[in-house]
Amino acid sequence: MTAATDFTIAGARAALARREISATELATAHLDAIAALNPRVNAYITVTPEVALAQAAAADAALSKGEAGPLTGIPLAVKDLFCTAGTRTTAASKILGDFKPPYESTVTSQLLRDGAVFLGKANLDEFAMGSSNESSAFGGVENPWKRQGDDAVLVPGGSSGGSAAAVAARLALGATATDTGGSIRQPAAFCGIVGIKPTYGRCSRFGIVAYASSLDQAGPVARTVEDCAILLNSMAGFDPKDSTSADRAVPDFAAAVARGVKGLRIGIPREYRVEGLSPEIDALWRKGMEWLKAEGATLVDISLPHTKYALPTYYIVAPAEASSNLARYDGVRFGIREEGADLKDLYERSRAAGFGAEVKRRILIGTYVLSAGYYDAYYVKAQQVRALIKRDFDQAWGQVDAILTPATPTAAFGRDETQDDPVAMYLNDVFTITANLAGIPGMSVPAGLDARGLPLGLQILGRPFDEETVFAVGGAIERVAGFTATPSVRAAA
Amino acid sequence: MSYTIEGSTGTWEVVIGLEVHAQVTSEAKLFSGAATTFGAEPNSQVSFIDAGFPGMLPVINGECVAQAVRTGLGLNAQVNLWSRFDRKNYFYADLPQGYQISQFAYPIIGTGQIEIQLADGSTKQIGITRLHLEQDAGKSLHDQHPTKSYIDLNRSGVALMEIVSEPDLRSPEEAGAYLTKLRQILRYLGTCDGNMEQGSLRADVNVSVRRPGEGFRTRCEVKNVNSIRFVMQAVEAEARRQVELWEGGEEVVQETRLFDTTRGVTRSMRSKEDAHDYRYFPDPDLPPLVIEQAWVDQLKAALPELPDARRARYVGDFGLTPYDAHVLTLEKETAAFYETVAKGRDPKVAANWLTGDFFAGLNRTGHSIGDSPVTAAHLGELLDLIADSTLSGKLAKEVLEVMFETGKAPGVVVEERGLKQVTDTGAIEAVIDQVMAANAGKVEEYRSGKDKLFGFFVGQTMKAMQGKGNPALVNELLKTKLG
Repeated sequence: MTAATDFTIAGARAALARREISATELATAHLDAIAALNPRVNAYITVTPEVALAQAAAADAALSKGEAGPLTGIPLAVKDLFCTAGTRTTAASKILGDFKPPYESTVTSQLLRDGAVFLGKANLDEFAMGSSNESSAFGGVENPWKRQGDDAVLVPGGSSGGSAAAVAARLALGATATDTGGSIRQPAAFCGIVGIKPTYGRCSRFGIVAYASSLDQAGPVARTVEDCAILLNSMAGFDPKDSTSADRAVPDFAAAVARGVKGLRIGIPREYRVEGLSPEIDALWRKGMEWLKAEGATLVDISLPHTKYALPTYYIVAPAEASSNLARYDGVRFGIREEGADLKDLYERSRAAGFGAEVKRRILIGTYVLSAGYYDAYYVKAQQVRALIKRDFDQAWGQVDAILTPATPTAAFGRDETQDDPVAMYLNDVFTITANLAGIPGMSVPAGLDARGLPLGLQILGRPFDEETVFAVGGAIERVAGFTATPSVRAAA
Repeated sequence: MSYTIEGSTGTWEVVIGLEVHAQVTSEAKLFSGAATTFGAEPNSQVSFIDAGFPGMLPVINGECVAQAVRTGLGLNAQVNLWSRFDRKNYFYADLPQGYQISQFAYPIIGTGQIEIQLADGSTKQIGITRLHLEQDAGKSLHDQHPTKSYIDLNRSGVALMEIVSEPDLRSPEEAGAYLTKLRQILRYLGTCDGNMEQGSLRADVNVSVRRPGEGFRTRCEVKNVNSIRFVMQAVEAEARRQVELWEGGEEVVQETRLFDTTRGVTRSMRSKEDAHDYRYFPDPDLPPLVIEQAWVDQLKAALPELPDARRARYVGDFGLTPYDAHVLTLEKETAAFYETVAKGRDPKVAANWLTGDFFAGLNRTGHSIGDSPVTAAHLGELLDLIADSTLSGKLAKEVLEVMFETGKAPGVVVEERGLKQVTDTGAIEAVIDQVMAANAGKVEEYRSGKDKLFGFFVGQTMKAMQGKGNPALVNELLKTKLG
């Protein structure tokens, strides 16, 4: 029998239904693994054994009454950007202090509605700002993967680094994550797992600590494409509490995974063959093209001419929104407060003490680009470019059904390797950021290992609200790639 | 005659524009479901959205949008089917989100126009620049603790309409008349209660002065003036200050000022250099506000009659003087009261009674029309008693006074006090005979041509009848008997 921590969600669901394992056993196995490995991996900021065991007991009761939901008894990690009622929510920042929300985010409340068990709150870059998880006020996360013959600590990617590392190291069967510029897909690629950022508006943002509201979108990370589909089915759906949430029916994503790619037209955007792209990743990309062709898809060369402007555009739009979104962390109503001589002094001291360097950098950038005299040159221009990037995709959808690209320009890098150069760090998101600017769905699927044994991912982009095709293409790549490698740091079987 | 200020170097004209913040009448706040009742316990009407908690998102309250559209229609203004919410960013302790959600670039209501009525009976058209929806901030209480400030977030997130006028106003009187008219329209529409003491209506007054025929000079903004009288005083004080500056060879500096109501002067609050950079940008939490013309048409069809239309109807259909029509339509409650009294009766008589003895009675007893001891139905019954000659005009005034004291119906007062008018010709003739017998000499004088004595006989007869004789009958019978 499969070890409790090695189950897929689909597999665990079947085993629970057959009563081969209980939800309590499943939760306990994961809590034990967390106790053993989290001190090293640091994937969780807060572990909630009492919550998990109580939810598992309720799951077992439901299972015995034959009242199981789609996720009854499935142990998950929750990115610590989702507000969870009664459980400390930090956004990996000092500024929130011991903040325990009196409310539950819509996404997590839907997971709970469907029976999920929450093991704890996963680590992330502070306020989801980062691509390495190094900006967390609670310390970095160790990527469970190692380069062959090298014990150097690698980063798990970010910002959902804790979520991805927890799933890769078998410290959860799946996790919630969020993606503003690649924060689901890049860590999924670095950790050898699957992650999907759905269409903007597919999942409610209510109760998720905001980074950049027009780009933020929740999605799942898990070890298989099907598991992501199962989680997204629970997470997605219209929410009247989020004015940007889409009032559209949620299709059966899981049913789309095995659909195949026969007859699909797959776009290969020439602008993604960027300078500095590792030859191994280029080779993997070509392999992906061959696989899809062999599975019956047609490859189409396409152009997304404004791709090169995506990164600068993102680094105007996202900090601009962040500078405003983070104004509420002022030491007045919740979180930490550093007393001052007057109100302004209180703000300055509280925010100086509460925010880390990367958050401060983005608040400054955002404040600058919105300032009188600069607004037109930066913010307005960026919005215009954003519209052109979206138009590039709109035009592409006339020719193709999905787009295949690499997920990241490199494999996971070592801790501290790029910390001194924020721009080098920002380049990590060069392939993923366009999907956020255009609001389209994107998935990262592990497709192979590099020469030093690190996982590499391919990215599938789809039409707005056509996650089903993305799941179909992702499912096909997963089957053909046969990616079965596992990280060296993981729960013992 | 137009209003000017005579300075030491010549004549100055005053230019005024008003920005009025009107609290939208609605059950819930602009972007949250929290209640909006005035005077509730501090921080008892606050949702997590209003308090700016992490992950909270605004959702527009459709009723507030409807109220803004109704107001726009009432201001004869353009309704924009596409508008947008922006964030106005600044830090303050009673601004929990660190920004105010407002409509900066694309307001829901565009240009419009209202007519104001001036004391000399003239009217003037005043342009409306725009109306937009925005959130109110909370309230800082600095006087509750020696070293700390207290924050009440009940008002945080309450919907406001900011209504901006063109700089079309030229005198304190016009500024007052504009605010009066605006408040009247809002109250008729039911979109703002117009209560300035409770802060439901607040005005920022922009004032500049210039030589007649010149372009605009630098203006100053006097913030948060909370009564019509103070608006007029602030205009006057600020205009005089600016005239003195210009005439003394100084420049007026663009700045925000406050009106000191005890000293009757304005003083500087912050200069342009200290002004915030609000870093406006479209609120990414809210899609553009798109409404349908059909919905606007529905709201328009359901609008109540507005003051201008009602006033015209009173003049045209009821034959009232423009002044009486103006007075009776100033307040929606007065107009409603009047129409109840006038229904099925002579509208002019009803208007005379209302504007005359009834208003005097309200003043004397310290009541407003809303809590008048004399109901519209009772006042109508009183007019009926005059019409059917039960009461003379003079008696009716006495009855009305008693009605103000007791709140009783006029019929009851008449019964209780025996004030009923005597219309029995026999009874009147008997009194006249007595009066003539007692004043035989005067009867002789009258008959020999001293006509003026007729009034003496009327007076004596009425006195003998304790004022209850029907005046017309008394006159008629006296004439016959005196020959």
